[in-house]
Amino acid sequence: MKKKVMIGMSGGVDSSVAAALLKEQGYDVVGVTMQIWQDGKKEENGSCCSLSAVDDARRVADKLEIPYYVLDFKESFEQKVINYFTEEYLKGRTPNPCIACNRYIKFDDFLKRALEMGMDYIATGHYASVVKKDDRYLLKRSASLNKDQTYPLYTLTQEQLAHTIFPLASYEKTKVREIAAKLGLGVATKPDSQDICFVSNHDYAGFIEKQTGVPNQHGNFIDKDGKILGRHKGIYHYTIGQRKGLGIATGKPIFVSRINAEKNEIVLGDEKDILSNSLIAGDLNFIAVDKLLEPTKATAKIRYGAKEVAVTIFPRGKDEVEVVFDQPQRAVTNGQSIVFYQNEIVLGGGIIK
Amino acid sequence: MKKIYLDHAATTRTRPEAIEAMLPYLNNFYGNAASIYELGRQSKKAIETAREKIAGLFNVQPKEIFFTSSGTEADNWAIKGLAYANQKKGKHIITSKIEHHAVLHSCQFLEKNGFEVTYLPVNSDGLISIADLEKAIRKDTVLISIMFANNEVGTIQPVSEIAKLADRYNIIFHTDAVQVVGNLEIDANKLSLDAMSISAHKFGGPKGVGALYLRDGIKIENLLHGGSQERDLRAGTQNVAGIVAMAKALELAINDLKNHQHKLTLLRDRAILEIPKITKGIKLNGHREKRLAGNINFSFPKISGDSLLMMLDMKGIAASSGSACSALSIEPSHVLLAMGLDRQMAKNAIRFTFGDENTDEDLDYLLAVLREIFSNTNIL
Repeated sequence: MKKKVMIGMSGGVDSSVAAALLKEQGYDVVGVTMQIWQDGKKEENGSCCSLSAVDDARRVADKLEIPYYVLDFKESFEQKVINYFTEEYLKGRTPNPCIACNRYIKFDDFLKRALEMGMDYIATGHYASVVKKDDRYLLKRSASLNKDQTYPLYTLTQEQLAHTIFPLASYEKTKVREIAAKLGLGVATKPDSQDICFVSNHDYAGFIEKQTGVPNQHGNFIDKDGKILGRHKGIYHYTIGQRKGLGIATGKPIFVSRINAEKNEIVLGDEKDILSNSLIAGDLNFIAVDKLLEPTKATAKIRYGAKEVAVTIFPRGKDEVEVVFDQPQRAVTNGQSIVFYQNEIVLGGGIIK
Repeated sequence: MKKIYLDHAATTRTRPEAIEAMLPYLNNFYGNAASIYELGRQSKKAIETAREKIAGLFNVQPKEIFFTSSGTEADNWAIKGLAYANQKKGKHIITSKIEHHAVLHSCQFLEKNGFEVTYLPVNSDGLISIADLEKAIRKDTVLISIMFANNEVGTIQPVSEIAKLADRYNIIFHTDAVQVVGNLEIDANKLSLDAMSISAHKFGGPKGVGALYLRDGIKIENLLHGGSQERDLRAGTQNVAGIVAMAKALELAINDLKNHQHKLTLLRDRAILEIPKITKGIKLNGHREKRLAGNINFSFPKISGDSLLMMLDMKGIAASSGSACSALSIEPSHVLLAMGLDRQMAKNAIRFTFGDENTDEDLDYLLAVLREIFSNTNIL
């Protein structure tokens, strides 16, 4: 009997082509758009949660002649992604909601619902690859190096990987667009999504204010000796390493080097102050091994777009590691994730403390 | 794969005789009913014959039947048109929390425009209380709008008592009877209804046509302004073919009513007996007896309505979670919430509505599919 796959369809070109490839490979494919967020009644075009996204996904499914449904994940998404996002910012940290969404929604809730519906696998349009080596499922970089999306997938467990297919594992983005055009999918030229899907116009702070009703939280910018340098608009407006939009002129480059949520203070510093030799990460997940037992060499990314750098990882008791950089790194930001690689394989990762 | 349609409250198959009846008015008799020449007069005659037929079937006068484009239009028109035309008396309206959105959203519109609306609660069966209604009546109450039977759970309201109460207080009473026509006999005169909305596609007519019954002498404002169709109260070239087909479908539905009720009641009662045996915790929503013959609505434990609906569809079974109109938004049903269900149980509700072509074998298949779904060990 054909294996059944439920694919998450966002209405974008990647998940559309992924669905087409699955069908071509002989799977019994069901397309599903996860309804995760609706900002009032207004629909922002292009965001992954909008009605127009549903329309696009439905059109693709019709074209591919696969059944298509919209399933509701709103409550779960609000709890596990939106609330996490706003709470982290209010604690002076810089969260990555896409990682939370993958961890709790796409590869947990969505997978559970697929399994309870009798599916064998779920699939997404991520550029990443799952390979089985001996008894272990490994997460491997995609063939498309500049599109590789393994970074936000480091939380995947063995159970989740065992039920996951990434049909785009060996494709380049240009090839994916070509396939979409060849299949006559209207989404072939749709631009890539850039930002966090539930925030429009990069206005994170506005979103947090609206979502939490947090009162105006102006506070002080200080230097590392505690001298007041000016007023900030609320800590959730800022992230470590930020230089623009501080509204402070000191004659030399000045950066956010620390956010103190308790005192509602933001410490500013120079280039040197935002360099780190090491970091502590917690909330770990290792994919290539069960547990890290000894100091391990790897490369690491400290945020989605960061360059990969050489590190040594030192296990530090329960669910914590110290990561020492070969070269000091700029703007290590708590709340962001660090992901470890060994060549093509994702070793694992964790959240920067 | 087997295909079984169990969503007759959403819409019904158009009766072949209704299609037959409308064809001439799509082909040779295409005249505009407002035109004075023969082709126009033929259309006019067809509409008036249909009006007489429909009026007769509800025991009202032909001039009390107004054709609309849908049940939704009839509801909108009744609520807004009656409220505005009679606002000298007052600006208070009474309705219920479980009305169709066509009524609820019309009421909300009026609230934004200076009217006050009381939304009556319902009990766990989905019934309003006459005592609550009487308590809600004020000097300035101008309109009561309570649905005849609910689209989601099929609960039938005490319409006759409501009408009597409304008469006693001299308040206009409108009822949304969209789900009821073709399922229950309606003598609008004997029931003392003032206004009633109907929709053709719920009883074997085509989509895109409905009607408002409005008792003679009651004032109403236009919803649609323009030409002088429908006694100058509803502008727009009439949908001749649709109107003719609606009359035909209604005639057939009412002629067959006894059979229809008997058959659907048997299916419904067997389903109500058998479905809860499938797994622990399945709960019937709505009143056990005071419900439409073809309606069952269950909350299933542990699996959300949208998942279950999808699995049923993949087995060829068409059903619905909540009402079709809210199928895109996937909010828990306002009807079930008003009946006191928690959000999860409301989200886990599925409605099956039987129709004339359904058989015992269809129900057997539904039971088998449900058993198979709930035997999956991944459902915790």
